[in-house]
Amino acid sequence: MSTNQKQYVVFRIDKDEYGSDINKVTVIERMLTITRVPKTPPYIKGVINLRGDVIPVMDLRTRFGLPEKEADDDTRIIIVEVDNISYGIIVDSVLEVIQLDETSIESVSGFVNNVSLDYVSGIAKSDTRLITLLNLEKLISELVTV
Amino acid sequence: MDMNKYLNIFVEESKEHLQDLNTSLLELEKDPDNTSILNEIFRVAHTLKGMAGTMGYAKMSDLTHKMEDVLDSLRNGKIQISPDVVDVLFKCLDALENYVENVSMTGDEGDEEYSEIIKFLSGISNKNNAVHTTDIHDNKTAEKEKNGDLRLELNIYDKNVIEKAFEESLNVYEIYVELDQKCLLKAARAFIIFQILEKYSDVIKSVPSVNDIEDEKFDYYFTVMVISEKEEEFFTKELASVSEVRTVEVTKLTRDHTENFKRKPDSDKKQAHEKEKKVKHGITDSSPKSTEKRITAKTVRVDIERLDVLMNLVSELIIIKTRLDGIISDDRDRECAQTLENLERVTTSLHDSVMKVRMVPIESVFNRFPRMVRDISKELNKDITIHMSGEETELDRTVIDEIGEPLIHIIRNSADHGIEKPEERISKGKDKAGNIWLRAYQDGNNVVIEVADDGAGIDIEKVRKKVLDKGLESEESISGLSDEEIIQYLFQPNFSTSDKVTDLSGRGVGLDVVKTKIETLGGSVELISKRGQGSKTIIRLPLTLAIIQALLVMVGTEKYAIPLNSIREIYNVNPEDIQYIRNQEVTVLRDTVIPIIRLHDVLDIDVKEPDTNKKQLTCVVVKKGEKLSGLIVDSLINQQEIVIKSVGKLLSNIRCIAGATILGDGNVALILDVNSIV
Repeated sequence: MSTNQKQYVVFRIDKDEYGSDINKVTVIERMLTITRVPKTPPYIKGVINLRGDVIPVMDLRTRFGLPEKEADDDTRIIIVEVDNISYGIIVDSVLEVIQLDETSIESVSGFVNNVSLDYVSGIAKSDTRLITLLNLEKLISELVTV
Repeated sequence: MDMNKYLNIFVEESKEHLQDLNTSLLELEKDPDNTSILNEIFRVAHTLKGMAGTMGYAKMSDLTHKMEDVLDSLRNGKIQISPDVVDVLFKCLDALENYVENVSMTGDEGDEEYSEIIKFLSGISNKNNAVHTTDIHDNKTAEKEKNGDLRLELNIYDKNVIEKAFEESLNVYEIYVELDQKCLLKAARAFIIFQILEKYSDVIKSVPSVNDIEDEKFDYYFTVMVISEKEEEFFTKELASVSEVRTVEVTKLTRDHTENFKRKPDSDKKQAHEKEKKVKHGITDSSPKSTEKRITAKTVRVDIERLDVLMNLVSELIIIKTRLDGIISDDRDRECAQTLENLERVTTSLHDSVMKVRMVPIESVFNRFPRMVRDISKELNKDITIHMSGEETELDRTVIDEIGEPLIHIIRNSADHGIEKPEERISKGKDKAGNIWLRAYQDGNNVVIEVADDGAGIDIEKVRKKVLDKGLESEESISGLSDEEIIQYLFQPNFSTSDKVTDLSGRGVGLDVVKTKIETLGGSVELISKRGQGSKTIIRLPLTLAIIQALLVMVGTEKYAIPLNSIREIYNVNPEDIQYIRNQEVTVLRDTVIPIIRLHDVLDIDVKEPDTNKKQLTCVVVKKGEKLSGLIVDSLINQQEIVIKSVGKLLSNIRCIAGATILGDGNVALILDVNSIV
């Protein structure tokens, strides 16, 4: 493996494929019971019990302005950790773990996407697929600074 | 020598010793003739000196040494205890505290010399010092007497080596080194000397042996035999340049000397032996004292983190127990029920024990206040007595660590703003001496700390004016506020009514800091004041931070936990009993008007359709300090022991939530923060 290759967890939300740096992913869980927390932004679905730890969960569909979808057998919660903060993201399904070469990642400037460019760290091309790489720090920056 | 691993112990123990000294010194000030207190002070100071010396903190040990001199003179009756002396001794303690603080922060004692204090101390103990120096002098002359002959005896092997050196026309020296009596790390000094010697010569013999020297088993002098091509003067110069070396005597050996060795009687050896014995004795002399103390204390120091781990495990256990309870509650046979009950008993007492381990008497916080009040009253020329009670009340260690600062603020406020000057007090017909009462007691699941004073109290009018000046209320709205509500403004940031800013207080950063701190600990503060009669601050703190009893309630389809210690009672209200005062729903509970808060609104829960069939509303009456409020919930589930979990950094800004807990079914329920809701 060359040094400029990185592993990414690829998941699907609606019709699009997204990726997250595997080093930031703690664990992937099936859908769990979520307890709603009042006074939070709509995209915070609530908190879950992850083996004794209480962890907030974000619905990426709501975050990206997509219509809500009932959880099904494929729905997963990906638990990530950035800057010592753990949180979960709800995705429609988790597809695979792939290796991406840094050269295949393009910066987002000049792209027009339905995702606000703020939380996109780059777009990766793998064969014919386009994978939007998420910036997990940016996803929660709004909450952390408040 | 790696001292780092002892650093924590050193800091901890020094702090304890200093606290002891503070307390004893205060007692001594009140009761100057009590020699047993003086002896105690002397003993503790001595221990402290030893500790600082061992750790290599020369300045600290020097200061304690000087202090000891003064204490010794006091003990011998050479000088009398006067306010000046006590003041200086207190200053010493402060200086030592600074040293310890520096050590705990940086691992080094810092550069501060406190020469003023040292000078003063030496001034006091002058007489004593004179005696001391003659002692040393005597010692030295005694050493000198032996100087005619060589101090070392050589065996055949040594002699052969020396002979060989002579053949190669190298010089053989016997070097006698005496260290300064004040030298603390004798072994280290000796090591430096040996390094120098080894650089320029071959050390062939040493008395005491090198091993003993390394173990510090020697008095302040030692003798070595070296072979070198350098001149006598060279060694004299080199060694004298090492600090803390008192005398260096270099004797060049001739063949005559080697002849002498043979018939040298071993009287010297005996002497040396006896000396060594004495030294050893000195060591054993002091050690029983320290062990004695440990035995009486019978404690083990445990890192608080280890206790946290233990606490977490117990928490997990309780969650699992609750869960088990939930699973088999439907069809349990007798045996199963009994086993479960046993398990519950064990987990409950396990929890209690772990909690108790973490509990520390509040004394450790309180005992610094007499000293503080003494200093403040001197500084402000006031006469203030502090009365303390309930020092044995126990609180969780984490709370103890945090509560000191807020209490200092409050007590300073009382001493500075509250208590009037003696003349003023007399003109008001009060006793000349002001009083501050510090009281701690347990009240259910809370610990209450009260700070009261019989000073001037809060000038409500002044506060009112200030509120207006700052534009926090309009002329109109302020008239509707009660005195209690006005007092609340004192807890606002940057709100000070003091006309002048003093060293102690008045910058307006006091009470709001106190309030935030105590609220983060899950407690509450209340301030009561009567103009002219004094004020009283009441702090309420939870006993435990991790596991609490809570009432689970249903609001809409969601479950919430309300901490039991904030619940006063539960009762049913008829909807028609709810009235409105200024758009606020209220109800009357036994002649008290209490505001009604609908949790649906606070928690943004949709009320699907108002249940018109339901005749009565369930109202949970909660208290925040003395203030009552009624929370309307849909139904009550049960009372349960819950483990408080943090909701994480992401959601920590949500005001109405104090945390979360995991229920028996594995789901998460949120804990309501009653203080911020009402």
